[in-house]
Amino acid sequence: MSDNEAADSEVDDQTDSAEPTFEAAEYADGAVTYPPHTVGPNGAERVGTVDLREYEGRVLTWTTSTATPPGVREPNTLAIVEFDMGDEYDGPAVRALGQIAEREDGTGETFDVDIGDRVEPVYADELREPGAGIREPESQDWDGFRFRPL
Amino acid sequence: MERVAIIGASMTPFGQRDAWVRELLAEAGAAALDDAGIDGDDLDHLYVSNMASGEFEGQTGVPNALAHDLAAQPVYTARIDQTSSSGGAGVYAAWQSIASGASDLTMLVGGEKMTHRTTSEATDVIASLTHPVEYKQGVTLPSFAGLTARLYLDEYDAPRESLGKVAVKNHKNGVDNPHAQFRKEVDLDTVLESPIVADPLRLYDFCPITDGSAALVFCPESVAAEYVPEDEYAVISGIGGATDTHVVHERADPTTMGGVADSSDIAYEMAGIGPDDVDVAELHDMFTILEFLQSEDLGFFEKGEGWKAVEEGVTDRDGELPINTSGGLKSKGHPLGASGVAQVYEIFEQVTGNAGPRQVEADTGLACNVGGFGNCVTTTILEGNQ
Repeated sequence: MSDNEAADSEVDDQTDSAEPTFEAAEYADGAVTYPPHTVGPNGAERVGTVDLREYEGRVLTWTTSTATPPGVREPNTLAIVEFDMGDEYDGPAVRALGQIAEREDGTGETFDVDIGDRVEPVYADELREPGAGIREPESQDWDGFRFRPL
Repeated sequence: MERVAIIGASMTPFGQRDAWVRELLAEAGAAALDDAGIDGDDLDHLYVSNMASGEFEGQTGVPNALAHDLAAQPVYTARIDQTSSSGGAGVYAAWQSIASGASDLTMLVGGEKMTHRTTSEATDVIASLTHPVEYKQGVTLPSFAGLTARLYLDEYDAPRESLGKVAVKNHKNGVDNPHAQFRKEVDLDTVLESPIVADPLRLYDFCPITDGSAALVFCPESVAAEYVPEDEYAVISGIGGATDTHVVHERADPTTMGGVADSSDIAYEMAGIGPDDVDVAELHDMFTILEFLQSEDLGFFEKGEGWKAVEEGVTDRDGELPINTSGGLKSKGHPLGASGVAQVYEIFEQVTGNAGPRQVEADTGLACNVGGFGNCVTTTILEGNQ
């Protein structure tokens, strides 16, 4: 875990790294959350960041959504992934919701996943089309991580 | 603290309506005033439960519009937005207004106009309640339901068919509700063979997109009999509101709705009762899986056992604990801001003995209104005065 000052976005503070980080927040009581919050789940202050790319993730559950909103791929397979933060970590479960990555065989289909599968994050510079939906494009970032089975 | 009575109630037909939100609110509001035997200018407070009239139709300022349409000036008015639980939050606001002594006569009108939007657009308006890290992944409320349903079925060894039976039950109940969007039964095969929306959930596991409005009139219990006969009013014996995490995947147990458990604990304590004392309940079955989660987190059934109650007919209209006698959101429809109000409307009809063919034996009823995917919850307990 790094001692960097907390940052608000996955793509902030990228000066030392070409690859965007999968940034979670660490709090004074040792808890880690993704996404970062102003204070931790037990009220502790933010003290640093954690790059979730360094931790193994497993699929907690998944779904394939066929009725997707404007600007979202259809179908959209999503998973909740839980990260193994190590034996010494005793905070709340650290998880992320993310799209399942597309196969690299040109079919455009996403990988098959099931509960318990090991996955790794894969960076995507645009997860859905900014401005196609109701949310103001400038109000948030649109890049982030998908998951690919290991 | 004043005990609060409900002395009038109404709801419009739910479904695809030509009327816009202002007209829907006025339709239900005028009918509830009529039911309570009062005029608009008798009201001290007027609340409007609505999630997104600005986003859906470009009409904001709906509480003032309604106040004018009902000639209720100089009534105090405010819009209550708590997404899908705006209705329950409105009941809470109306209850507070009377219990605190700030108002002697309050009306709550919940309403939403949605069907002029495509399913994709309406889904996006609703999904806009999510955190940016969820929204950018294209998550929708139905996909949260699919994610949770898969985990629930896996964790508790529940058969997929048990979810389908919630839809079958609630459609059957909706047949006898003249206000319901769908008044036709569906069989289990139809549910299980309908198109996939969010695997493992299919079309019939989801509530429809709906236009509609519902209204309730509140006063202190001490003066309720001045407005209506004693057996025609009900008392809010308990009410509680609570929140869970905004980011759904951060919950300790994603198959538990903490806001449901916390809000019902408050409501039970206020009412001095427990889950075993509830005779009839309206739960927020926006998705079939939510009926299982809520029936467990309200304490009706053990964790992981809610599906068995549906399989065994316990929650049927003639079962030990009828759930969603109105047809639920599933068949009645889900006009966001109206739903929590319409849930209390159904419980009011049940505990005052006015539910017609849907009537069950009920002195005490409970309504659980859920916003987001369990993000905000209001639980309301009504007692009849029969």
